[in-house]
Amino acid sequence: MAQVTLRKVSKSYDQHVQAVKAIDLDIADEEFVVLVGPSGCGKTTTLRMIAGLEEITDGEISIAGELVNDVPPRDRDIAMVFQNYALYPHMTVFDNMAFGLKLRKFPRAEIKQRVDEAARILDIGTLLARKPKALSGGQRQRVAMGRAIVRHPKVFLFDEPLSNLDAKLRVQMRTEIKKVHQAVRTTTVYVTHDQVEAMTLADRVVVMNHGVIEQVGPPQELYHNPLTRFVAGFIGSPAMNFVPCRLETVGNQLMLRLTDEIRLPVPSSRVDRYSPYKDHNVLVGIRPEHLTELKDPAKPNVVRFDAHLDVTEPMGMEIMVHFRINGTELCGRIDPSVRAEAGEILPMSADLNHMHLIDADTGRVV
Amino acid sequence: MADGTTGISADALHGFAPSVRRGGLRRFAQRRSTIAVLMCLPLIALIAGLVVYPFFYSIYLSMLSRDATRFIGLFNYRYLLRSDTFDLVIFQSCFFAITAVFFKALIGFILAHVMHNISGRDQRIWRGLLLIPWVIPPALSTLGFWWMLSGNYSAVNWILGQFGIPQVAWLSNTWTARLWVAGVNVWYGTPFFMIMYLATLKSVPDQLYEAAAIDGATWLQKIRFISLPMLRNIISITVLFSLIVTFANFDIVQILTTGAPADTTHVFATYAFQLGIQGGNISLGAAVSLFIFPILAVFSIFILRGVGRRAREGM
Repeated sequence: MAQVTLRKVSKSYDQHVQAVKAIDLDIADEEFVVLVGPSGCGKTTTLRMIAGLEEITDGEISIAGELVNDVPPRDRDIAMVFQNYALYPHMTVFDNMAFGLKLRKFPRAEIKQRVDEAARILDIGTLLARKPKALSGGQRQRVAMGRAIVRHPKVFLFDEPLSNLDAKLRVQMRTEIKKVHQAVRTTTVYVTHDQVEAMTLADRVVVMNHGVIEQVGPPQELYHNPLTRFVAGFIGSPAMNFVPCRLETVGNQLMLRLTDEIRLPVPSSRVDRYSPYKDHNVLVGIRPEHLTELKDPAKPNVVRFDAHLDVTEPMGMEIMVHFRINGTELCGRIDPSVRAEAGEILPMSADLNHMHLIDADTGRVV
Repeated sequence: MADGTTGISADALHGFAPSVRRGGLRRFAQRRSTIAVLMCLPLIALIAGLVVYPFFYSIYLSMLSRDATRFIGLFNYRYLLRSDTFDLVIFQSCFFAITAVFFKALIGFILAHVMHNISGRDQRIWRGLLLIPWVIPPALSTLGFWWMLSGNYSAVNWILGQFGIPQVAWLSNTWTARLWVAGVNVWYGTPFFMIMYLATLKSVPDQLYEAAAIDGATWLQKIRFISLPMLRNIISITVLFSLIVTFANFDIVQILTTGAPADTTHVFATYAFQLGIQGGNISLGAAVSLFIFPILAVFSIFILRGVGRRAREGM
């Protein structure tokens, strides 16, 4: 059982820069957790603290129930895959994979058996005699994973392992990583800045920003129920649209006033939840897939509007359309059968059943 | 024309032929390979005049009699190989070069690692301080060592005396003199090794050490399995370079011991100087100095072959 627990873990540099701010995180045995966030959010620092490559300033880190704050990396029983693979250039693929086992004085026969097994899982059996220089990026990535697998560690740590690969290979390797995890079921902590990678790989995603954890949850949970504006904007591609407006009562109806001319009725199911924010400045968050060509105006809480298209981006299975409302740039997704050209006016609909209301002052989703 | 060939007037030929030759010359001069050779010519002339000619001339000199009037073949070499003093010179040259280069490389390697682990401004300060022995002219620093070690004024002996330790004749005793000659060379040459290894260490990705730490390596194993293999080429090249320079060293031995006691600290260069310049036997001096060549050639072939192999393997 290899749970990883972080309690009030902080990391400061020179007592001025606080890279990680008292984060708490519980990672279950066999779980695949992805730390995701923009550059400088503290995700790699957190991973390196779990690995023991970075000393923690404050807090506690436990692996499999054992406090590892002062345990050196070699005694934490972890394996790590680095962004640049960090393969030993003077060793063959076999020696790279066997290095950790040789240092731990495993019998020669067992080393060979483990390396062969990992090579079979990763399909690199024919590369064992080569040096890293003679491998492609994808092959190096597999060898780096093989080096981690042969150790049978308690925890796998991945530090942006796919960021040096081209787009096609990245998708392929993403699947490989998921397959490997399903095969070996080792607790995995994976760092990436790519939210698509995070969503596709993770059992749970940890979204970090400015050294704190914004939200932890399964990918779909984060996508549909973000807790903050940051998470709502970071998860999902293209990003969620945010429209500044004011929550007002017109007659008996709670309305979102974008301009004097544009007012959107708040869905009745959400009136109670949003009422405390009456007369507050708020943001309406709505994903591009809920701004579509006019489909079913009779459906409750669907608002019709005309969009003056600035840019259209045909993607094959859909067309992304960009337009402005009250100076705010918005993105919608329309069916490829709809004729949409830049400069034209397109009748569109916004499905407010899927809207999010964000307190403009706190950035929290209401 | 009588022979039936097409006639071209002599006047026309007179005017045309030189212009053809000039055009050909111009084309030849404008060829890239010609320009390259012309631009290298000063360097070729320098190497020919200062390296190739003296080398062959010294071979010729070494086969002449003492008064340089008779060709005596390999007699000087036979004479040297039968000389007990020359046996001492060969031993001392090898002992001096190998000991000094080994300790320069070892201490330079250790210092480079220490420097590498000191951060930022502190590293710049220490690096600067440690380079001082290398920038002081060796003749001057050797004089300083001579002053610290010589019988009459020895500062080292004075310090030992403060602790009640009896005086030692550092430069009059064969083995202490040999060790000090090598020691001064180590003192002078170590910073060069340190700076070369430090520069290479900085180019080794930190992630290799981090990967090794996670794989279970101790600091000693990181040095053995990461640093040493990654630095192997630069170690080979610096050792070869230093062997060449140290084998041919002259100033340290000449100033510190002048080959004394009893010629036991002579190296090839100082012995060649003593025989050739001070003893007036230029031919024998030339023969002594030429002994360095085959020794260094063997070293060079082995070391450069290893460097070439590793370069092909991409390390």
